[in-house]
Amino acid sequence: MRGTGQPVMIGYYLDLAMRSLKRNKVLTVLMVLAIAVGIGTSMTTLTVMHVLSGDPIPQKSADLFRVGLNVFPDDNFRPGEEVPDNLTRRDAEALLRDARADRQAMMSAGTMVVTPAQGDPLSLESRYTTADFFTMFAVPFRFGRAWDRGDDGSHARVAVISAALNDQLFGGRDSTGSMLQVGSQSLRIVGVLGDWSMNPRFYDLSNGRFGDSEQVFVPLATALDLHLATSGTMNCWGNNSDEHAADAPCLWLQYWAELDAPSTRVAYRQYLHNYMAQQQQAGRFTHPGQIRLLDVMQWLDAKGVVPSDVRLQVWLALGFLGICLLNTVGLLLAKFLRRSGEISVRRALGASRRAIFMQCLVEAGVVGLAGGVCGLALAGLGLVLVRHQPTDYAGLIRMDPSMLLATFVLALLSSLLAGLLPAWRAMHVAPAVALKSN
Amino acid sequence: MDILPILSTLRRHKLTAGLLVMQIALTCAIVCNAVFLIGQRLQRMDLPSGVAEHELLQIQVADVVKSGNPYARVQEDLALLRQVPGVQSVAFSNQVPFGGSSSNGNVLLDPNQPQRTLNATTYFGQNLVPTMGVQMVAGRDLQDDDFVDVDTALKGLKTGDTKSLPHVTLITRDMAERLWPGQNPLGRLIYLTPTVGLRVVGVMASLVRPNAYDANTAQYTMVIPLRMGADRGMSYVIRARPQDRASVLAAALAALRKADPQRIVTTQRSFDEVRRHFFRDDRAMAGILVGVIAALLVVTALGIVGLASFWVAQRRRTIGVRRALGATRSDVLHYFQTENFLLATIGIGLGMVLAYGINLFLMQHYELPRLPAIYFPVGAVALWLIGQVAVLGPALRAAAVPPVVATRAG
Repeated sequence: MRGTGQPVMIGYYLDLAMRSLKRNKVLTVLMVLAIAVGIGTSMTTLTVMHVLSGDPIPQKSADLFRVGLNVFPDDNFRPGEEVPDNLTRRDAEALLRDARADRQAMMSAGTMVVTPAQGDPLSLESRYTTADFFTMFAVPFRFGRAWDRGDDGSHARVAVISAALNDQLFGGRDSTGSMLQVGSQSLRIVGVLGDWSMNPRFYDLSNGRFGDSEQVFVPLATALDLHLATSGTMNCWGNNSDEHAADAPCLWLQYWAELDAPSTRVAYRQYLHNYMAQQQQAGRFTHPGQIRLLDVMQWLDAKGVVPSDVRLQVWLALGFLGICLLNTVGLLLAKFLRRSGEISVRRALGASRRAIFMQCLVEAGVVGLAGGVCGLALAGLGLVLVRHQPTDYAGLIRMDPSMLLATFVLALLSSLLAGLLPAWRAMHVAPAVALKSN
Repeated sequence: MDILPILSTLRRHKLTAGLLVMQIALTCAIVCNAVFLIGQRLQRMDLPSGVAEHELLQIQVADVVKSGNPYARVQEDLALLRQVPGVQSVAFSNQVPFGGSSSNGNVLLDPNQPQRTLNATTYFGQNLVPTMGVQMVAGRDLQDDDFVDVDTALKGLKTGDTKSLPHVTLITRDMAERLWPGQNPLGRLIYLTPTVGLRVVGVMASLVRPNAYDANTAQYTMVIPLRMGADRGMSYVIRARPQDRASVLAAALAALRKADPQRIVTTQRSFDEVRRHFFRDDRAMAGILVGVIAALLVVTALGIVGLASFWVAQRRRTIGVRRALGATRSDVLHYFQTENFLLATIGIGLGMVLAYGINLFLMQHYELPRLPAIYFPVGAVALWLIGQVAVLGPALRAAAVPPVVATRAG
């Protein structure tokens, strides 16, 4: 029976399983349906979870750090409150000037109105940032290049546009050197992005967490010169008339640093502590002035980027799968025990308990696979429903190969789990007694 | 119906009976909590706005080139919109109820207190109360001579010239009750910063925040007499009869475009759409929960049908013997119905405990309130009904077993 005999036996068990399943079609369909529904709902919600909690920039997520500094004056400082997400322009510019990280960028989201050569003016989502942004976030270019630090310093009238905007305005041709009319000013296009979208848009979660990348990128200094509208969280204290002024007491700029080696991370942390100590000495505040340095995944976790509704749905679906499995256990138990006669005959003819156990598990596995296939179809349907929901992440939800594989593993595992108890009971059917009682 | 023989039979089928009980318990627990969650969502979606939602339109425009005098621009636009046939009233506002993005401020009762008393949203703009249909319950609406230009106010803030700041405000009844419980709020002062004090001149019945995520603070709202220019992404709010809104919106957009073809409309929608958009996640979640409850009940019912059929088939001989010994069809029918009722009752009992546990978990992780006791009997009745409906088919089949079966070999 052992060794070469095993595959033959599995084939025989498969044959037995198919016969047994065909014999009681209603019960079989019930079991397959129960597993399919459980797997379908679980995989739908797990896929959503998988997509939303994914690493948006896997090759660099451990090297990119969001910088937070608590520079609130004492009367706005609340002990125990979290370090704010954004920096003031004064602090962001100071850190940028020191340039102690391998790369660094400050930025803000905005909207700007662009007047094309033909057609109506367009209101576009924009990002105002500094030169390192594109290297730090591994932004691909189709045409041209990013602006450089010199352009930041000289407030150059330049812009980088997205592939989509390039298609819309220039029919997809190389538009570098062309001008972009913004109000009464014009910006020279120096680069066109390739396909690039970060989901979640981790570098700035305050303006729609999921969705396409911005359409226009402009040096922050240029955007301030042109008084382009910013968007996002603006948190001010004290009396001020211009929230974008160099010394305005307003938190509104996102600041990212790229730190490629563990030693630079330690050094950068120390540098930030020193910076805060200087600010304290300069009399801005008397509290300790905490800092916060989070890498991409820590940052996403801290901001709770997976919607709590999605987490709730996962729990709900797993509970649902549990009920479907209980259901399957009950039905398999009924099915196997109803066949006590047949099993006791096989036992009397010399089949070992192990063989009976295997035979039952194979039958459960067949049910599980069938349930998995139907469940996959149901999950596909579920994902179509999710994509039609009015949420900002709806368009991103796709099943990838790893989730496809996970579906079958989950289906097979759960049906084997469900088959375990019934198979255990079945293998304890005594040969003689069962024959007698029949 | 005698329960004892049923119990002794069940004792011999501990495992299958136990599985069924567990399935019913889990279903009961999840259904109780899911129904509760649906109730929570529906309640949220019903949050009152305090404005005449079915009569309002929102239009947001952006200028391509900054206009000469943004204040004059707004007055021209308002005059233009008032001319549009069907328009009853027009307002200019920095934000709209359930619009999402909002302007907020900390409110102090004493200019020297270190911590804020509460955080409230601030509406600025002219003609808001009559246009939106906000009801005043005490005092008066803002008047023309209360209003100050935003730029004048900002300059005053910087130079410390308090004369050029607004001096009065409207607040909601909820906010008044939170600040001065049981007292008359009219004439009292609140402070936005230690130097900016506002006197309450009117109390509104209700006006919801643009970002009303928390029902407890959804009504902490002020309306401050600040006049704004056309350069800050503000909204025109138009009131018209519900049936006229589509034509009024089209005509208003045409009028604005004719006045200046060089600007673009960034938002144009009715307030029904504003509300629908704001609560879209809640509606989606409620839909999903309804689907899950339906699927759960169907799966559990099918499980009961499957197991009951198995039991009936297994006990055909016993049933035949009982029938031969004088039991009527209805005795057999009742036997299986009572058996199911017993199992369901045990399952429901366990399910209640489980439901309570799940609720505790949700309270900890999702900031939900405690499950009200009313959900327990509702869940129990639902599962009893499902169980009885599911068992009816197999029980009828059992009742149809003829007494002659007893004489045949199984």
